Amino acid sequence: MSGPAVSRKLAITRLRERRTRDPAVIGRFLARYPAPIVEGSRCTFLYRGEADEVHLVHRTVGLPERIGLRRLHGTDLWYVVIELPEGSRFEYQLEVARGGQRERINDPLNPHLAHSPVGSSSVCYSRGYEVPEWTRPDPEARPGSLVDLVVPSRALRRDGQVTVYLPARFRRSARYPLLVVHDGSDYLRYAAAKTVLDNLIHRLDVAEIVVAFTSPGDRLAEYANSAAHARYLTAELVPRLEAELPLAATPQGRCLMGASFGAVAALSAAYRYPRSYGSLLLQSGSFVFTDIGHDHGGGPVFEPVVKFVNRYRAAPRRVADRVFVSCGVYEPLIVRNRSMVPTFEAAGMAVRYVEARDGHSWENWRDRLREGLSWVFPGPQKFYYE
Amino acid sequence: MKVILLGPQRRPTLAGVARSMQLDGRVATITAGWQEREPDDGELSELLGAQDVNLALYRRWLDVQERDLDYAAAERRLRDVLGELHDIYLLRLDYALQAVYALQRRGAVDRAARQAVAEAIAAVRELDEAHLRRISQERAEFYLAWAPHDRPVIAGHRAEITRLLGDAAALVVTGGHVGVLADVLHLFNVAAAVRSPVIAWSAGAMALADRIVLFYDRAPQGPGHPEVFGPGLSVLRQVVPLPHARARMLLDDEPRMAVFARRFAPARCVLLDAGTRIDLDGDGSCPPDTRVLADDGRVTVLEAA
Repeated sequence: MSGPAVSRKLAITRLRERRTRDPAVIGRFLARYPAPIVEGSRCTFLYRGEADEVHLVHRTVGLPERIGLRRLHGTDLWYVVIELPEGSRFEYQLEVARGGQRERINDPLNPHLAHSPVGSSSVCYSRGYEVPEWTRPDPEARPGSLVDLVVPSRALRRDGQVTVYLPARFRRSARYPLLVVHDGSDYLRYAAAKTVLDNLIHRLDVAEIVVAFTSPGDRLAEYANSAAHARYLTAELVPRLEAELPLAATPQGRCLMGASFGAVAALSAAYRYPRSYGSLLLQSGSFVFTDIGHDHGGGPVFEPVVKFVNRYRAAPRRVADRVFVSCGVYEPLIVRNRSMVPTFEAAGMAVRYVEARDGHSWENWRDRLREGLSWVFPGPQKFYYE
Repeated sequence: MKVILLGPQRRPTLAGVARSMQLDGRVATITAGWQEREPDDGELSELLGAQDVNLALYRRWLDVQERDLDYAAAERRLRDVLGELHDIYLLRLDYALQAVYALQRRGAVDRAARQAVAEAIAAVRELDEAHLRRISQERAEFYLAWAPHDRPVIAGHRAEITRLLGDAAALVVTGGHVGVLADVLHLFNVAAAVRSPVIAWSAGAMALADRIVLFYDRAPQGPGHPEVFGPGLSVLRQVVPLPHARARMLLDDEPRMAVFARRFAPARCVLLDAGTRIDLDGDGSCPPDTRVLADDGRVTVLEAA
């Protein structure tokens, strides 16, 4: 039996109802409630300072791009309340207009930041979201090592920069699966890839693997269905790694991984070399396509991608045995990724598809690594009974 | 042969069990499932009153790898063949079990529906048995071709192990990697040399059974299918030991557990959680109070006959 319903007012509502709202009251309020204030599914975003207007700006699909904050009468405190479903990660900035100038800033009241190659933004964790503990360094986990490698490439007409991850207890007598990662330096820097690998291998969630973190030259050209890039991976990088390291050297022992344009590059390389890779791990792939007409909304850089994805969708081909696909439901690419799932399945590939209440961000891709890697290269947990 | 199965030894009960058996003489131990940590058996030794001798099967296997290169290469080839067979088995098993679960979800509304589920489970059992036969056949052909008993390095180790086991008052087999453990137990033909009671837990308990069933329902990628890995030592017959059952299995998912129990029947699926002690005579009959999975998927306690 449940008791009488309790009406819980939001903290900001209680503040609004107070008679006195002098600066000391506001100061105490901000000291008491870390911003944004998460109360159930409602999140109150705050800004304190003189301004003509304050907006919350973000790239979450489904919400207005700019959401105005209201000034609490008689104070310099601005606020807006937004519903965020449980388990959401919401990246945003504040746009402050003052004296005809507009400035985008990270939320000065929120210590949580998300980083990416294009800068940082504030991040709000709604109720139910927690940064996975396996993304944080674990002193119990024996660390693997990173080795830099230069791979001269005739295909790309440049030297490929590769950072190779070798698992802890790496042994020449063993044979390891190989994971090739696009945007490797970004995965290492922004998605804590080394920490994640160390932890997941230590916990037996993921097999001991060797990982090649590759980095692009002209990213938008090399990753947009480039024959040269596919040749570099398949005819230059992988053979060299298999010659120098104790790798399984079978299609089942090779996986291509990438996010955004990197996912397009992974799919395209496997498409061009269909019996080379057993698995693909595709995160928030930029799989932009058109069903009719030519207006894909992606601009000129997407032209080769659209051409490739349209061709693939018209005649789906089995390019690997298994495909892991993940995407954030707050991303503009969510519909594209959902649409690719039946396409991959129709081609006869085993597909694992995962969605998250998140955006097109490195932390989203980091948080999905456990599900993805453990599906592609499952750890030996089923063999261990201590 | 007397066999005592224990629950996981994170909070050890071994010392009390050993005392209760009034063992007279040295206790042989096998910690090969710990692989490179095999020699780290100080705590185990303490629990056995420092009256133990470690058979060092993993170290012996490494020695074979170093000193009998032809055999080592052949063993690697065998492992590749078995791996390929296992991949094919898992692929077929996935479809076969999906069929069982799909029929189960439709509901056993009438006799035809119940019959369909039973037939789907029978197909899984057939697949398991065929896989076990195939694996055993590959192993048998390998042993016939490579005759380990005639190879000096292996024969030397076997003789030493037989001597140590012949003098032992008991054999203790710990947990760890069940595949590695089973391989070295087979290689050094331990089953033929055991004369004493055996105490085992976790992977050690699984390796004693006639077939090794792997299970892990809490993997990050989702529950895996229970799978037949291969033959064990057959010291225990008609028993499927389930160490850490509570931690590793979705015991509340009764339909899933029912399929598990019916798939391996008439073998008993025996839960080995912390604190468990089960004394067996190796004929498959479990004593009263043994916790097992019943055909309806519930955990039940056996009553006295």
